[in-house]
Amino acid sequence: MTPALETLRLGRRYGRNWALQDCSLTIAPGHVTALVGPNGAGKTTLLHLVTGFLTPTTGVVRTLARVGFVAQGQPLYRSFTVEDTLVMGRRLNRTWDDERARKRLHGLGIPLSRPVGRLSGGQQAQVALALALGRRPELLLLDEPLASLDPLARHEFLRTLMESVAEEGLSVVLSSHDIADLARVCDHVVILSASRVLLGGDLADVLRTHKRLTGPRRENGRIANVERVIEARHAERQSTLLARVGGPILDPAWQVEDVSLEGLVLAYLALPSTALIAQRVEVLP
Amino acid sequence: MLTFHLDESSGVPAYLQLVQQVTYALRLGLLQVGDQLPSVREVVAALVINPNTVLKAYRELERMGLVASRQGRGTFVARTPGGAPPGELPALRQDLLRWLERAGEAGLDADGVLALFMSTFREAQDRGRATA
Repeated sequence: MTPALETLRLGRRYGRNWALQDCSLTIAPGHVTALVGPNGAGKTTLLHLVTGFLTPTTGVVRTLARVGFVAQGQPLYRSFTVEDTLVMGRRLNRTWDDERARKRLHGLGIPLSRPVGRLSGGQQAQVALALALGRRPELLLLDEPLASLDPLARHEFLRTLMESVAEEGLSVVLSSHDIADLARVCDHVVILSASRVLLGGDLADVLRTHKRLTGPRRENGRIANVERVIEARHAERQSTLLARVGGPILDPAWQVEDVSLEGLVLAYLALPSTALIAQRVEVLP
Repeated sequence: MLTFHLDESSGVPAYLQLVQQVTYALRLGLLQVGDQLPSVREVVAALVINPNTVLKAYRELERMGLVASRQGRGTFVARTPGGAPPGELPALRQDLLRWLERAGEAGLDADGVLALFMSTFREAQDRGRATA
C-alpha cells in the first residue's frame, strides 16, 4: 500500500535556526492525522514542505499524486462571489468535481451569488474547504482550519470534512491548537515541539500505552511495565505520573487511570527540550 | 433506526460506545435480526466523528457475529447477543454482592468502588485486545 505521505529525515533551516528537523513520518492512506504542537513548533513548515511551497534543506517528502491544501486563515478572493470562486476552481484544475462542490455548498445553504467577503467566517471556511475538496485530492492538508471559527462553525466544518473522508476515502492531515476538537475526528496523532517530532502513531494505541498513575511518593525507582515517565508531580506523600507503559501496572500501590488526548499532549509539550529525541514515526493502520 | 450518541466524559473509547449501544439495543429488543444499522456516512454526519471509528465499531460487531455487512447494501443485524445463559446471572450477581461487601468493609465508598471496577474492567479489556 502506497503511503499517503512519507517523509524521511525531513528538515528545513532558516539561517542558523531549524524550523523542522529530522522528521520521519509514514502515514497510510484513509487516515485523519492531527498535527499538534505550540506556535513555532514547525507545523506550518512541515505542511509547506509537503505541499512543495518550501524546498527541504535535508531529507525527502513523498506523497500521493493529488495534494490539496487549505492554508491558515483560508485565503480567498473576497470580492469574488462564491460562483466566481467555483469557476476559478474549475478552470484551474483538471480534476475538478463541479457537481459535488456545488452540492456541498448548496447543502450548507451558502448563496452562490454572494461575494465571499460578505459571508460569515464559518461560511468562508466552508467555501475554502469546498474549493480544496473540489480538486478531488487524495491527500488534504489543512493548516489551523478551526482557529478563527466559533464552536458551531467548527462543528459544521469538521462534519463536512469527515463526510468527505467517509465518501471518498481521502487522507487528511490537519494542524490545530484545539486538541479537544480533534480527539473525535482524528485516528492518528503527531506531536511536534521545537522543530522535532516527539510522538506519533495510532491514537488508540497511543492512548492505550499511556496511563496516569497515582501512588505513594516515589521519585526514583522503577515500576514494573513503566517504560518512560513523561510527567511527574510529587506532593508530600503522593506522586502522580503520566507514563508510557508496556503492559498492565499490577503493583497495587498505584492507581491506574486512562489519559485524555489533551492530557497526553500537554505532558509531552512540557518535557524539557533536552528530552526531545527525534524518532522514526510510523503512522500505519 | 438506531441513533447513536457519544459521551465524551465517560473515558470509554468512541468505537466501544457505539458497540455497546448496538448490543444494548439488541438486548432490549430495540434492534432485531434483519434490521439495518445506519450507514457509516450517516453516523459520521450525525456525530461528527472519524469514519474509521465507525468502521472499527462495525468490524467489532461483525467479529462478535452480531451483524453482517452486505456488499453495497449496508450492515444488518445477524443475531442477538448470547452472553451468559439467564440461569448464570443470579450466581454472578451473588459473587458481585460478596465482593461489594468486602470492598465496603475495606472502606471503599461508592466512587472508590466504581473507580476500581472501571479501571480493572478496562485493563481486562486492554489485555483481551492485546491477546486477540
